[in-house]
Amino acid sequence: MSNNVYIYIGIMALVTYLMRVLPMTIFRKEIKSKTIRSFLYYVPYVTLTVMTFPAILEATGSVWSGLAALVIGVLIAWKGGSLLIVSVASCAVVFLLELFLK
Amino acid sequence: MKRENRQAYKKGIKNGIPIALGYFAVAFTLGIAAANAGLTAFQATLASITNNASAGEYAGFAVIAENSGYLTMMVMQIVANARYLLMSFAMSQKIPQDMKLHHRLLVAFDLTDEIFGISIAEPGKLNPYFSYGAFSVAIPGWALGTCLGVIMGNVLPANIVSALSVGLFGMFIAIVVPPAKQNKVLLGIVLFSMAASFAFYKIPVFDAISSGTKTIILTVVIALLAAIFFPIKEDESVKEDESNE
Repeated sequence: MSNNVYIYIGIMALVTYLMRVLPMTIFRKEIKSKTIRSFLYYVPYVTLTVMTFPAILEATGSVWSGLAALVIGVLIAWKGGSLLIVSVASCAVVFLLELFLK
Repeated sequence: MKRENRQAYKKGIKNGIPIALGYFAVAFTLGIAAANAGLTAFQATLASITNNASAGEYAGFAVIAENSGYLTMMVMQIVANARYLLMSFAMSQKIPQDMKLHHRLLVAFDLTDEIFGISIAEPGKLNPYFSYGAFSVAIPGWALGTCLGVIMGNVLPANIVSALSVGLFGMFIAIVVPPAKQNKVLLGIVLFSMAASFAFYKIPVFDAISSGTKTIILTVVIALLAAIFFPIKEDESVKEDESNE
């Protein structure tokens, strides 16, 4: 049996909003625990990393264009490229490479 | 509207425009992911208007595609959006102590990485109308991009769709790389996460676990170990705290 898409979207919206609103409205003091602060600091980076790799290798028409997008994206971000530039450059690399790989 | 509020609103729009343009492009690739997960343009746009979260929505669409349980969705959203808890704590220090509840409830609605960034960069305490200005361009940009991504993703040639589908990953890369460049411990943890994720993906034993669950397990285990063995120095957690004299 398939679950209801609208219930999924409702859960997504509710959980996401609660994470954003609860600390701002209820807790007015800073978190003191160093371990919790450290955990919260590391979580986004680990999540984004494991969601990107190795999924990016499967996202395009070829493993090689996906890998090239990853490498170029990392290089440009390392050089200080903005969010938009990195995103557009990754797409452009895939587009150009797949013209030749075919 | 009071004069200072009107000025704050205008400034919010101005600072929000580049964000809205970036959102439009990235949301387009999110729309393609939504279409691949089986969502209609209406459903995907509804998700974007109510969520305003790139990683959270992307992870959510993966859960929908796999038809996993509602509890998995709940845990997935907590993990993918955990950073908003930290940003919300930081925002609680940035807004005036006497800010009314309805303003707090509204400002929290579109507390994204980028809007958090421009809000914290504002000198002094945050005027909620600055946030509303940024929202009034960023939210339509995000929603419209998602909607067009679902519709056009099916019409565009395969090589264009293939190229655009890495756009969201590009955004994730742009969020992870700059702090990892500054912080060697974080860089090590990112590289370790890549290796662990690759192993989870390749070793057949883990095939039974859905990709959403893999993300949750890897994140919680790695971030917890990192927090225990490499606790951050105080100035690393939320640098922006310093702006509160």
